[in-house]
Amino acid sequence: METRPQTPRQDFWAGARDTVPLLVGVVPFGLVFGALALEAGLSPLEAQGLSLFVFAGSSQFVAVDLIARGAAPVVIILTILMVNLRHGLYSASLAPTFARLPLRARAAVAWLLTDEAYAVTVTRLRAGGLAHPRRYFLGSGLALWATWQLSTAGGILFGARIPESWSLDFVLPLTFLALLIPSLIDRPSWAAALAGGVLSLVLHDLPYGLGLVLATFFAVGLGVAVETLRPRREAAG
Amino acid sequence: MSAPDVWLVILGGMAVTYGSRLSFLILPERIRFPAVFQRGLRLVAPAVLAAVLVPQVLIPSGAASATWNPRVLPAALAGLVGWRTRNAWASIATGMITLWIIQAFLS
Repeated sequence: METRPQTPRQDFWAGARDTVPLLVGVVPFGLVFGALALEAGLSPLEAQGLSLFVFAGSSQFVAVDLIARGAAPVVIILTILMVNLRHGLYSASLAPTFARLPLRARAAVAWLLTDEAYAVTVTRLRAGGLAHPRRYFLGSGLALWATWQLSTAGGILFGARIPESWSLDFVLPLTFLALLIPSLIDRPSWAAALAGGVLSLVLHDLPYGLGLVLATFFAVGLGVAVETLRPRREAAG
Repeated sequence: MSAPDVWLVILGGMAVTYGSRLSFLILPERIRFPAVFQRGLRLVAPAVLAAVLVPQVLIPSGAASATWNPRVLPAALAGLVGWRTRNAWASIATGMITLWIIQAFLS
């Protein structure tokens, strides 16, 4: 295959394109979020404000639930922090790629750093040969940002209109699965994935999404341990 | 909750979320991390992807039967197709179509 140099614009659109499967799964969540927030007593502006400023789906659902139950603001904010701590891991994981960018550009990357943009970008980075990682990331992140804002607004204006029987929410785990497969390249990555899956099930009932953070943390630790214990065999394949 | 309190939650939520996202990205490049930390970073993706997706498949929200979960087989087939073809679209389509077929039979 002929290899041509990628322009920044091509990489931007490639990032957006590679995010499309996730967008299909995100739309119903945004619609449900908008509708649910109004039901919980938020004003349309407050509902959209959560999507605009927090921009992290699962924590927004938790926040709306706690607001409806009259929890203290400081409790809700701490809960949002717990649910979103995993973004610190993404930040650390992408930092080497973006380390040479000016501060302003890194601040923009951080603003768009979601589960989805991280997963898509880290998969593409691992495949290699990406000429403009920042443009690719921005393409993915902005596609997701626009979709989340518009679907939230749609839920606020029209309610959640997609029939549940379509099960479009299932596209999300399927896409994460499709992104997971190319990351399983050796024994440590298999160990990390298996441990992550099992531990997140075991810890699922912990409050505030803590289970996800702990499962990821210990799974990474186990993967590193596997790598440390069997480095030779790994090299031999 | 009164309106100013909701905006306090929104802005506070923004601060802690953006802080998490920004944390390592704004560290100066010259700060070096221990080798163990560096090796762990490449394992974040497989760990967190599995941790996110497994409960979404096995503990779906809503009225899921405790004895039989219609999403397990579609996810397994999607994984198989993804593994063999390395094609994300083929994998996702396999999972969705399988789920729709199962739901059609169930209803």
